Amino acid sequence: MEPKKPPQDFTLRVRRYDPESGEAPYWDEHTINLEPHRSVLEGLLQAKGKFDGSIGIRCSCKAAICGSCGVRVNGQPGLACHTHLSAALKTSKDGVIEVEPMGNMPVIKDLIVDMDAVHWKKIQRVTPWLLADDENMPEREHIVPKQAMVDVTQSMACIQCGACVSDCLSMEVDPLFIGPAALAKSYRFVGDPRDTQQAERLRDIAEDPHGMYSCTHCFKCIEACPKGVAPMSQIMRLRRRATGDHHIKDRNNGFNHEKAFVKNINRNGLLHENDLLADSFGGKLNPASGLFLAKSLPVITRALLRGKATLKVALLHPHKAPKDVKRIFDEIENRPERNEFNLYISGTDEDNAPNAQEAPDTTGPLAGKESSAA
Amino acid sequence: MSKVHPVRSHSVAAAGGINAAVSVDDDWRSHAYDTVKGSDFLGDQDAIEVMCSEAPKEVMHLEHIGVTFHRNDTGHLDLRAFGGASVKRTAYVADITGQAILHVLYEQLMKHHETVDRYEEWFTTSLILDETGTCTGCVARHIRSGRMEVFTAKNVILASGGAGQVWKPTTNALICTADGIAQAYRVGVPLMDMEMVQYHPTTLVENGFLITEGARGEGAHQLNKDGERFMEKYAPNKMELASRDVVSRAEQTEILEGRGVGVNGEGIYLDITVVPKKRTLEALREIVNIGKDFAGVDITKEPILIRPGQHYIMGGVKTDVDGATDVPGLYAAGEVACVSVHGGNRLGANSLLDTLIFGRRSGEHAALRSKTMAMPVNDDSILKRDEAMIAEIIGREKTGRRISEIKDELGTTMNENLAVYREEAGMLKAQEIVRRLREEAKTAYIDDRGTVFNQDVLGAIELGYMLDAAECCVSAALERKESRGAQFRTDFPDRNDEEWQKHINTTITADPDAAPTISYSPVTITQWQPEERKY
Repeated sequence: MEPKKPPQDFTLRVRRYDPESGEAPYWDEHTINLEPHRSVLEGLLQAKGKFDGSIGIRCSCKAAICGSCGVRVNGQPGLACHTHLSAALKTSKDGVIEVEPMGNMPVIKDLIVDMDAVHWKKIQRVTPWLLADDENMPEREHIVPKQAMVDVTQSMACIQCGACVSDCLSMEVDPLFIGPAALAKSYRFVGDPRDTQQAERLRDIAEDPHGMYSCTHCFKCIEACPKGVAPMSQIMRLRRRATGDHHIKDRNNGFNHEKAFVKNINRNGLLHENDLLADSFGGKLNPASGLFLAKSLPVITRALLRGKATLKVALLHPHKAPKDVKRIFDEIENRPERNEFNLYISGTDEDNAPNAQEAPDTTGPLAGKESSAA
Repeated sequence: MSKVHPVRSHSVAAAGGINAAVSVDDDWRSHAYDTVKGSDFLGDQDAIEVMCSEAPKEVMHLEHIGVTFHRNDTGHLDLRAFGGASVKRTAYVADITGQAILHVLYEQLMKHHETVDRYEEWFTTSLILDETGTCTGCVARHIRSGRMEVFTAKNVILASGGAGQVWKPTTNALICTADGIAQAYRVGVPLMDMEMVQYHPTTLVENGFLITEGARGEGAHQLNKDGERFMEKYAPNKMELASRDVVSRAEQTEILEGRGVGVNGEGIYLDITVVPKKRTLEALREIVNIGKDFAGVDITKEPILIRPGQHYIMGGVKTDVDGATDVPGLYAAGEVACVSVHGGNRLGANSLLDTLIFGRRSGEHAALRSKTMAMPVNDDSILKRDEAMIAEIIGREKTGRRISEIKDELGTTMNENLAVYREEAGMLKAQEIVRRLREEAKTAYIDDRGTVFNQDVLGAIELGYMLDAAECCVSAALERKESRGAQFRTDFPDRNDEEWQKHINTTITADPDAAPTISYSPVTITQWQPEERKY
């Protein structure tokens, strides 16, 4: 074990807001003295205990289990108790650790946000309880595959801290977006073999114009999550189940778009957005495709003007998928069943993590890499 | 009603699992005997029989409403080994069992949102008793607005958890401040077995965080500085899986006799590397994270430094097997209560069970009682009193000590003198300090003068709750002149069944600052006579 480092001074710059004062939010600085491996929360508690008891922050367990102390540290969402002072110092702009309330939720006081108004409302939206077959409830437990329970453990590990909601870019644009935490919660039921309404749940969040197809794959929620729940991965699992297992064709065109995406990569190896758009609407000759193309012209024009796309790349296909891409597609599509990999199996959520190589013998016939194809 | 959002409650931290004799080759009587033996024959056997015989049904109910218990290869509930248990009988969800259960129960609250009102982030300041001594509700403060309200109820069930913050360090969360214990004490309900405080064998030396007993359940070893599995000397049969009081004492003895590890020899190695890595990743995920994030150790590769740390209080508000206290209309369940099923020492994975069984029984009993009675009527006298109490706290001059200082001194004092080993001189010293802190708490000042989320005011009230609990713990520990379960007195090292196989009750006197009145209740014995305890 590393030798302990002695306590040192850290300066915290805390975003304060007193709703009773009628004043705007302001910054408040305190210098605290702690060992560098102590958490930002311990720093805040020292400031609160020694200098100013009026600093508002929800906190309880100090060990990243209760989910109370979601904040932004130097602009990054996470738990204050789960961020070391030394790490926070490294990401600070000017040697001062900045602590602010989470985003996308109204601030009540200082670092305390209104989670009911946003987070919990969205959780309530996804029918967050098991819909088992009440009429045929077994006397003892349901008999279900071992692996299914390990699979949903990842979404069960969510502590409802709101860090993913705080910095969800889609929610910033569309406050009605169901969002990463609630969709991860939804997977907890969709992935649970005891639930009898999986197709209905999936149809519901596929059809909702603010549902699972509103996620833009920005990875912010995966970075933010202190528990490795990887909400975006759960959203992708929902989509794979919706398209692959239930063939849910939704009015947001998510089904066709996902198919088109896979086809596109299979053919080109790289994404060709021109094809993607057309294929998402049934091919270049389909009238729906023309209509969407016409609607998208302003976006396309802007992209061309700013150099984000060039005519050559847009119209021609200079790149073809290498053999390896085809081989991966063949291998995965020929598997008898789709398997999901998660941190309870591999120790990490990354498919290519070193541990992943050690895992298959542990998971028996269900081992295998997560497939991206339906 | 909860002072935090319900999913923040400390049950979320119960990691390892929940005991129930669900396996075909298990029997609830075996579970009951293990619990009786674990309690060092201080648990009430009628209550233990209730808990253990109802356990399988309770676990199945949890499974039915959605808890994602891990399965074995045949798809049935998987069971893991736990301390003090004669067979594998602990159902689990990785090492987030409490979290899984708490979140599923909250799902049920969301499901029934139209019929069950929730008061989240409301802080109870007092219980209300009518002139006949019946509980008719409580007064609480809406944390977000500072508004105080009278809640009138036919029945009140305390489910407010333990008193861990009375000790420092502790595995318990900041919210575990003995609220319900003190609220009941203040209206005259006896507190039982308050001297029985569990030190968990595996808490991180670094910061007191809990490492689940599940680690030892999965096969982890404990080693001293000579690399010796020292539990051989103390519990040759069960080794690391002896009951918690036995393992904690063994560790403390190793440390005191100079065989500890770490910079000052203040710890013991917990070696999880002997557990297959894939099993650790699947079943002990949370402590992989805790090791990495809070101690900088990869537990799959190297041992981790642990020591005994305050974890649980077996004592609490005295109740019967229906959760009913001596005050009609007032119930208690979970760590706040003392039924007593844990006696001198609680077995791992029996706390979630205790909470669920007696929580349900309290609810059912209270519901029955409600049917036959009219809604009581309360005046606002307690409300006015509590509003004045808060106004006094907010209005204090900044001349006294800081609350954080008083709380720290209380915690370290209790951890020095009411820990694994105790003796009279130390406890008398602790009693004196607690008395002084009670006085200092009366003038302790706060910074926050606002109404919205004034956590400072809540801190001042919680400090009062904690001091009441500390006072009772010290008094009861001084009273019990023997060693049993978690109470080991170096000045009375033997168990003395003749004189002390009985519960100690502490009850408030007319002077709330004075030591509590001591009384005794018999231990109920059904089928297991006391015997020497060996693991």
